[in-house]
Amino acid sequence: MDFLQISFSVLAQTPLPVKQSAFLLDGATGILLGVVISCLLIATGAGQILRRQPDSSVNPAIVQAFIRRVRAWWLMTAILAVTFMIPSPLATVFLFFLISFWALREFITLTPTRLGDHRTLFWVFFALTPAQYVLVAMGQSQYELFSILIPVYGFLFVAARIAVAGDYKRFLERIAKIQAGLYICVYSLSYAPALLYLKGWTDPQYEQTSTAGLLFYFLLIAQLSDLLQYVCSRLLGRNVIAPNINASRTWEGFLAGTGVTAVVGAMLSLTGATPFNPWQSAVMSIIIAIMGAAGSLAMSAIKRDRGVQDYGTLVEGHAGVLDRIDALCFAAPVFFHLTRYYFTTAGG
Amino acid sequence: MKFNLTGPFLAGLAKVVAGSSVRWVDCHPDTCQRIYFANHTSHIDAVIIWASLPKPVRDLTKPVAAKDYWNKGWFRRYLARSLNAMLIDRENIKVHRSPVDSMLKEIGDKYSAIIFPEGSRNDGTTLRDFKSGLFYLAKKRPDLELVPVYVDNMTRILPKGEYLPVPLLSRVIFGPPIWLENGEPKTEFLARARESVIRLREM
Repeated sequence: MDFLQISFSVLAQTPLPVKQSAFLLDGATGILLGVVISCLLIATGAGQILRRQPDSSVNPAIVQAFIRRVRAWWLMTAILAVTFMIPSPLATVFLFFLISFWALREFITLTPTRLGDHRTLFWVFFALTPAQYVLVAMGQSQYELFSILIPVYGFLFVAARIAVAGDYKRFLERIAKIQAGLYICVYSLSYAPALLYLKGWTDPQYEQTSTAGLLFYFLLIAQLSDLLQYVCSRLLGRNVIAPNINASRTWEGFLAGTGVTAVVGAMLSLTGATPFNPWQSAVMSIIIAIMGAAGSLAMSAIKRDRGVQDYGTLVEGHAGVLDRIDALCFAAPVFFHLTRYYFTTAGG
Repeated sequence: MKFNLTGPFLAGLAKVVAGSSVRWVDCHPDTCQRIYFANHTSHIDAVIIWASLPKPVRDLTKPVAAKDYWNKGWFRRYLARSLNAMLIDRENIKVHRSPVDSMLKEIGDKYSAIIFPEGSRNDGTTLRDFKSGLFYLAKKRPDLELVPVYVDNMTRILPKGEYLPVPLLSRVIFGPPIWLENGEPKTEFLARARESVIRLREM
């Protein structure tokens, strides 16, 4: 519980929003972090109580899955909080680079490639992926190149390099696989840390606040909507969206979960960690929830096609990185662009 | 033992590059004398298997490598030494200096060895037939545990003819030890050993 003590002491000592605060973690983000930690404490407690029930009506496998999920969130929160405490967004960018790298290796490991793709893959892993994150770290000055590097140069390079390797078997399919991996795991995800560099806010009040709160808000809503949709599906689900892909995702769960997420989102805006007012925040939460559900479903479809349960089945049974970030990957670019277009002067 | 930093460094590097996860199926890491025999698909197989062993076991395990390749130039020699490798002469084979004899001499009554009975690298889809070395090892030293190892996905990480790795995820699976049965013929034993490696693929 050392981590708790550290974060609470930081909360107590951090001065109220100051321009150019030394830490990314300022007052508003601190409150958000406090809310998250309280929720995690409650979730951990609930998990332990459920587990101790001698003979409950709850399926022990579900309780186990819940406890494991809560543990993963603790880890994520801890890592994020620590990177926020380092006085530069670079730590967070580097963290997301590592996540992208790992997700991409899970993705490519799962989708078969041929010997002819070897050199292409080498450049994808060791040139395109780092380059994308270097551009993120260079901030909004590199926005143009950052937003086209992979879809323009990267995609054309992949096609050309595979052609040069001279293996034409399943050519189109192989290009598409590598491009999809690059797009989902690297390009889309890199929009999450890019949130830290947004500036030129239309709301002068928000100009004073660090954007760490915005990133934290995004991650929180995405994870929360995923959980709420799951819980609501369990409680009142009837009509399964795509039975062959995911038997537990229902329309009712999706709608109810998204609704609850919107309410939570509206309440979170009151912390001042985001530039949104309550109703704007509710709309943003709904969009994140929809994109998150779409991402989870799409990534499940890939898994079903390859006949695996989790991306992590490759690694010791527990869920892989991709299983944790599938919702983020689809929601991040949309959330980033909507925020940029409507809440900063750069976009408008 | 000499102070060796390169060995642990190489082991760590190989594990990061190949993202390997290790599984022991009906078998546990042990410092008793063993022959680990594995499918051969890539240059770095030996390093990966060696790196997958816990440190105390690793210190007592020597990957077997070809002398003609690993004795060329100071760098390869240095790598081979860091990895604790035993270099076996493939070219000057004489009656009293067969690879099996020199291997047995090197491991003495202390070390274990990692060998690739296919002789050379396969294409990653099917295992080649095993060469007879494993049989003679088992015959001369029936006390050695023969542990099958399956290395998964290494062909894609570093295929034959490539020198730059693609960091995909790989798996190293150790299976239950086998022994040479009394009076078991060579071909049957080798087929059974090959089968024991293939079976791990399905794990």
